[in-house]
Amino acid sequence: MTALDTPPTALNVGRTRLRKEDARLVTGRTQWTDNLQLNGMLHVALVRSPMAHARVTNVDVSAALEQPGVVAAFTGADLVSNWEGGLPCAWPVTEDMAAPVHLPLATDEVRHVGDAVAVVVARSKYQAADAIEHVLVDYDPLPVVTDMEAALADGADLADTSLSSNRSYTWQKIDGDIDAAFDGAAHVTTRRFIQQRLIPLAIETRSVVCEPPTHSREYTLWSATQVPHILRLMLALTCGVPEHELRVVAPDVGGGFGSKLNVYAEEAICLVLARHLGVPVKWTESRSEGFLSTIHGRDQIQDLSIAFDADNRIKGLKVELMANMGAYLQLVTPGVPILGAFMFNAIYKMDALSFTCHGVFTNKTPTDAYRGAGRPEATFGIERLIDEAAHELGVEPFELRERNWIKHEEFPYDTVAGITYDSGNYEAATAKAKELFDYDGLRAEQARRREADDPVQLGIGISTFTEMCGLAPSRVLGSLSYGAGGWEHASVRMLPTGKVEVITGTSPHGQGHVTAWSQIAADQLGVDYEDVEVRHGDTAVAHKGMDTYGSRSLVVGGYAVVSACDKVVAKARKVAAHLLEASEDDLEFDRGTFSVKGSPDATTTIQDVALAVFAAHDYPEDMEPSLDSDATVDPENFSYPHGTHLCAVEVDTETGHVHLRSYVAVDDIGKVINPQIVEGQVHGGLAQGIAQALFEEAVYDADGNLTTGSIIDYYAPSAADLPTFVTDRTETPATTNPLGVKGVGEAGTIASTPAVINAVVDALRPMGVNDVRMPASPRNVWEAMRSARDASATGRSELGAREGGAA
Amino acid sequence: MRRRRPEGTSVTRISITVDGTTYEDDVEPRRLLVHHLREQCGRTGTNVGCDTSNCGACTIHMGGTSVKSCTILAVQADGEEITTIQGMAEKAPGVRDETEGWHPLQKAFHVEHGLQCGFCTPGMIMASAALLAENADPSEDDVRQGLEGNLCRCTGYVNIVRAVRRAAAEMRGEPLTTSPEEGTMGEADVTERAGDADRLRDVEVAP
Repeated sequence: MTALDTPPTALNVGRTRLRKEDARLVTGRTQWTDNLQLNGMLHVALVRSPMAHARVTNVDVSAALEQPGVVAAFTGADLVSNWEGGLPCAWPVTEDMAAPVHLPLATDEVRHVGDAVAVVVARSKYQAADAIEHVLVDYDPLPVVTDMEAALADGADLADTSLSSNRSYTWQKIDGDIDAAFDGAAHVTTRRFIQQRLIPLAIETRSVVCEPPTHSREYTLWSATQVPHILRLMLALTCGVPEHELRVVAPDVGGGFGSKLNVYAEEAICLVLARHLGVPVKWTESRSEGFLSTIHGRDQIQDLSIAFDADNRIKGLKVELMANMGAYLQLVTPGVPILGAFMFNAIYKMDALSFTCHGVFTNKTPTDAYRGAGRPEATFGIERLIDEAAHELGVEPFELRERNWIKHEEFPYDTVAGITYDSGNYEAATAKAKELFDYDGLRAEQARRREADDPVQLGIGISTFTEMCGLAPSRVLGSLSYGAGGWEHASVRMLPTGKVEVITGTSPHGQGHVTAWSQIAADQLGVDYEDVEVRHGDTAVAHKGMDTYGSRSLVVGGYAVVSACDKVVAKARKVAAHLLEASEDDLEFDRGTFSVKGSPDATTTIQDVALAVFAAHDYPEDMEPSLDSDATVDPENFSYPHGTHLCAVEVDTETGHVHLRSYVAVDDIGKVINPQIVEGQVHGGLAQGIAQALFEEAVYDADGNLTTGSIIDYYAPSAADLPTFVTDRTETPATTNPLGVKGVGEAGTIASTPAVINAVVDALRPMGVNDVRMPASPRNVWEAMRSARDASATGRSELGAREGGAA
Repeated sequence: MRRRRPEGTSVTRISITVDGTTYEDDVEPRRLLVHHLREQCGRTGTNVGCDTSNCGACTIHMGGTSVKSCTILAVQADGEEITTIQGMAEKAPGVRDETEGWHPLQKAFHVEHGLQCGFCTPGMIMASAALLAENADPSEDDVRQGLEGNLCRCTGYVNIVRAVRRAAAEMRGEPLTTSPEEGTMGEADVTERAGDADRLRDVEVAP
């Protein structure tokens, strides 16, 4: 392997290439799953529980069967024999983890609003939607569990009557001597932070089409999924369809953000219905339905303590989490919060870290990976805590960070959590961010406004984040009880005309893999960028892969493309040497051309070699007539992007309104393949992290009803709510992949939430505000100001009482 | 003209012109225009992203203005001229130079990377075209306010705003001065250290 060498020709890598994907997308020549119309296709609608927790005593579909256009209707009991098991959870984090059986259609108990109990199949979707109104379901209400702390109390009502408690698991990891760290501490800062529940809201809702075998024995299932390969395996196991008789296709997929990283009830139901009815079926989620039936994100209570010595150096950090699983464990639900065990220490050096996470069942929609998955929660916790500690210690927040962060010369650095950060330069990113932000100028303005008692206060928020992504080294995943590896696969085929097909196991849904993988392959092979096509997202084409999530695609999948290309070049070199009657050692390869050292006329191109190998009239005896190559790479480490983000907010202390005035993001994501795509990933990530800080929350009432049940009530930001972000980057190449790249898909989301909330709290600090509950809506800001005022008044009166008593 | 369908639902004959082609169909009175466009007129470029008329993915032009086609019944569009994203380019797709004949907004979204997954893009482009028809030279804030009814979850809107202003400049006949190659993420302060390469050589590729 070449090591951090410039690829054979760097005509493409590192440069903006306009995306190959765009032509279809801007002209509407798309193939979203819901676009598919197959002959005889029927439409599926689900009957969903309106109650958060109830015993299902009877389901009667007979009236629905009489409705116009209805072809079939089934209850949970009707379909139960189709399931080999429940829907899969691939991450049993502890041996004694409680995991309720999660049937695609509930039979006797519903555990959250939206839990499906029956399915109707009709000739049109309108008819199916009409007919589900005629399914009669008798529910016997059961106590509803919505609050995590109450759920863990002795004698609590159960969110699932088949379990003995609402605790799914308690997972603990202690690194270093945590007691010693706290016993000798000069200062301890303790806080509780709340990660509110979020709805991922990919703009394309989920959709599934399943066609039974036609010309072969194969079922074809199209789904708006991030994970066609994982889905194929898991559906085969769940529904008892042999894996080799199931093809899964992810056609154009309209965003995911983790919400399509799953194996959903509707995918299993459509497969079983196609098998049972022998005709194609389609289900497309409505948005409001999706708010109930597609996974949610975050929802965590964080109790944190950090201990410092007299020099303000971090001694230790205690983390105790309650993580809301919701009603069931979806694909990786329990594993998401435990990623915090490696991330709460963030960029800081410390002697000890204690991490405990309690997974808790409630009668709410299941949570699972949402952009960042465990790392935004941890980053928020530590970056907020550092600001609070700086306030208590009376030091500038940057000063406290600099005192404790890993210095550039200390890389590679083995963290307290037992992983190795390969590269980074926190000093460089911070210096650049401060310069772009005019940090000193804004601090001066802040002082002026405070002095003038301006009703609109300025706040400055810092986030010096890192994260672990590029999931992942298979051995590490194994040690965390994850059910699969983290490798990725690529195939490179040289066609007779010199064109190149790259087949990737990653499954893009907006990330531009076709463009970026073309850039990589073009440079590695020395062919024209336009001569490369990238295929993905269909298990019949890309037969092997681990799909797209966790900012892994470039770091692992791009690495696989490089490795496969290297193998193609090695084979082509052998053939070229044979054709040129030269020794392989005497061949040079540059920009797609093999030439013999010292004989400038003796040349051939890799594309000519491809044609010669296709003809196969003359090739070395000890090889097959093929240049095509596969590579499966398993990363040796995660990837650790980092950066410094700075946020300025103006907070109207009379209304609680927060105006996001400026945002600077300087990210170090190592080498860059396509700067424009990278910038787009950062922009989008920022918007989602800022949305958590300022706008979004999935709210349930005490009966377990989602009161933010549509986009009317769930405030996803529009263009009018956000500023133009200032983005820049510094570069310390990753040392664990040949491209030197780090993941970028989630960095903006992970970094930005604490930057914004730190800014809001900073603006209000003179009023005694030490926290604002997310989202920092006018109401939550106003309540933070009021409670600070009340606390200060109470403090004064208590003081007064004591003084009075003494007098 | 009302007729009875076998299942007992009444239908109405409507005639609409979509991207220059006239379609006559019998539709149920309750049928949403967006479903009619997608399922009877083949306009699957127009997407559905919500059920509350908030997301704007289904935005089209009808009667010379932009509308969310999920807020209109197909019968209300009887006799109307409709333009969808599939009617925005002058030339049929499939030509060798794919950008030839594209509307300036289509080109600008491509050049400025104003789309990622592309699901909101048809609605964004249609809403932007209506915005530019009213304001040929919108400020950044004009664009942000003007597109308030269209949600994108991928881009953070920065490049959408750039794209709309770029298209506006092209439509005004002004020279395009900025190039995406000059974006902020292209150059970096490189802090590569000696020794990185040595460690990298230890990485092995699994067979």
